[in-house]
Amino acid sequence: MSSPATSKASDCFRLKGSMFTLSMIELIHYSAIEFSNQLSRTVNQAPRFFQQMPVVISLEHLADDSTPDFKEIIEICRSLKVNPVGIRGGSDAMVENAFTAGLPSMGSVTPSPSPQRAQTSSPQPAAVEPSLVPARIIDRPVRSGQQIYARNTSLIVLAPVSAGAELLADGDIHVYAPLRGRALAGINGNTQARIFCNALEAELLSIAGQYKLSEDLQHSELWKQSVQAMLEDESKLQLSPLSLS
Amino acid sequence: MAKIIVVTSGKGGVGKTTSSAAIGTGLALRGHKTVVIDFDVGLRNLDLIMNCERRVVYDFINVVNNEATLNQALIKDKRVETLYILPASQTRDKDALTREGVEKVLIELAETFEYIVCDSPAGIEKGALMALYFADEAVVVTNPEVSSVRDSDRIIGILHSKSRRAETGQEPIKEHLLLTRYDPERVELGEMLGVKDVQDILAIPLLGVIPESEAVLKCSNQGIPVILESQSDAGQAYEDAVSRLLGDERPMRFLTAPKKGFFKRMFGG
Repeated sequence: MSSPATSKASDCFRLKGSMFTLSMIELIHYSAIEFSNQLSRTVNQAPRFFQQMPVVISLEHLADDSTPDFKEIIEICRSLKVNPVGIRGGSDAMVENAFTAGLPSMGSVTPSPSPQRAQTSSPQPAAVEPSLVPARIIDRPVRSGQQIYARNTSLIVLAPVSAGAELLADGDIHVYAPLRGRALAGINGNTQARIFCNALEAELLSIAGQYKLSEDLQHSELWKQSVQAMLEDESKLQLSPLSLS
Repeated sequence: MAKIIVVTSGKGGVGKTTSSAAIGTGLALRGHKTVVIDFDVGLRNLDLIMNCERRVVYDFINVVNNEATLNQALIKDKRVETLYILPASQTRDKDALTREGVEKVLIELAETFEYIVCDSPAGIEKGALMALYFADEAVVVTNPEVSSVRDSDRIIGILHSKSRRAETGQEPIKEHLLLTRYDPERVELGEMLGVKDVQDILAIPLLGVIPESEAVLKCSNQGIPVILESQSDAGQAYEDAVSRLLGDERPMRFLTAPKKGFFKRMFGG
C-alpha cells in the first residue's frame, strides 16, 4: 500500500534500470531458407521452451558485406513463435536496416578483460579457459507440465521426473530416480552430452537433436533399468546399462 | 490462525466436492469451527451435496464484490453445529474471482473459523488457481487411473510454483494424497492402478483411500455428506482420513477385497 516517497501518487510510471538474460541467435551466414529450416528444427526440439521467447540477433560473426533482410528474419521468427527484440553488433548499414525493420541495436561487445579477472593474478593469465558453470541441481520431483532448463551446464535431478515433464540441458542430464518425462541433453548441439538415469521410463530421450521415443525404448531390455544414453559417431543415440555387473 | 485447506485434483469428476463435504463435515464433527467454500463459480454443486441448495440467498461472488456481507452469505449446516457453507454463484463465471477479493474473504473468515476448506473446480485455470493460491495444505484427490494421476501430478506442480507460499518463498504447501473410488478387486485383477503405483508416481504422503462405494452416490443424491453415513465403508474411510489430517495415526483400511462368503460365491455378489 505504501509507495516510496520519491514517486508521487499522480505518476503513472517510474523509470528504472534492469538487467535481463536473453538468448541470442548468432548468425554465421544468412539465407532465408536455411535460417527458416534450422530455426524450425531447433524450435521443434523443445517447442514449449521457445514459446514466445525473446531473442537477440547477433551479427558479430556475420561478414560485414552481407545484407540480411531483417523484416524477413522477424517474420520467420514470429511464425515459429520466437520474438526477436533487438540486434547486437553488425556494420553501420546493418544496424540502420535493422532499426527500420523495428529491431533496435543493443550495442556491440568489444572484448574487454573483466575487472575481476584482472585483479586475481592467475598463474596462466593468457589461457582463456571456460569458467566453471555449476550444475543445476533439483531435489524435488519434477511434475507433469514443468520444464527445467540448465543453461550452459548440466542438470542433476534427485527426485522422480513425471510423465509430461521436460528436462533440458546444454550439458549432461542425470536423474537419480525414475525418469518418466522427456530429457533433452546437449540442446545447443553438444554431441558429447549424455543422459544418465536410475530407471528409464522416459517419453523421449534426445542428445543434440537425435532422439528416441518411448515407443522405441519400451521394448528394449533396458526399460526401467539404470541406463546411460550417448551419441555414437555423433549421430546415433545409443543406450547402455549403467550397472557394473 | 485458521488453516486453509484446498481440495483439488486437476481432473473433473474424481470426487473433489464429495471429499470437500466429507472433510469439512468431519472437521466440524470434531468440534472445529469449519467453513467449506465452493470455488466452482458457475457450476455450483457443493450446496447440493450438503443439502442447503434451498437456502442460498447470497453467494461467494456477492461477498467478493461487496454486494453482501459474509454473514449474509454463510449458510449454517443443519446437522453439524460448527459447520458453515459459502456457496458459489451459479450465474457468474470464474472471472468474477479476483485475488484481492478472495484474499479479503479468506482474511475475514480466518477471524472466526479454525478450518477453511476450499472446494476447487476442475482444470488448471483461474478458478482452480484462485482456490489453491492461499492454501496452507492441499488434499489432492486422485482416482486410480492414469489420466487422473497425471492431472494430479500437474496440479502438484502448480501448488509448488503458483501458490502464495511458493511465490513468497514460504514453507511449501503440505500435500496429501486422497485416493478415491478405489476398487481392490479390480486392482487385484490388474484393471486398476494400485495404491503403490499411484504413490510411486505422485510421491506425496497418503492421507487415505476411499473405496468405491454405493453409499457415495446415494448420499450425494440425498444431500448427505458421506462421512455422516458411519456404517458405510466410504464414510469410515473419510473418518480415518480426517483423523490423519489432524495428525492421528490410523492404519489404512479397505485396501484388500473383502472375502466373499459361501452364498456370495455360489450366487454372485
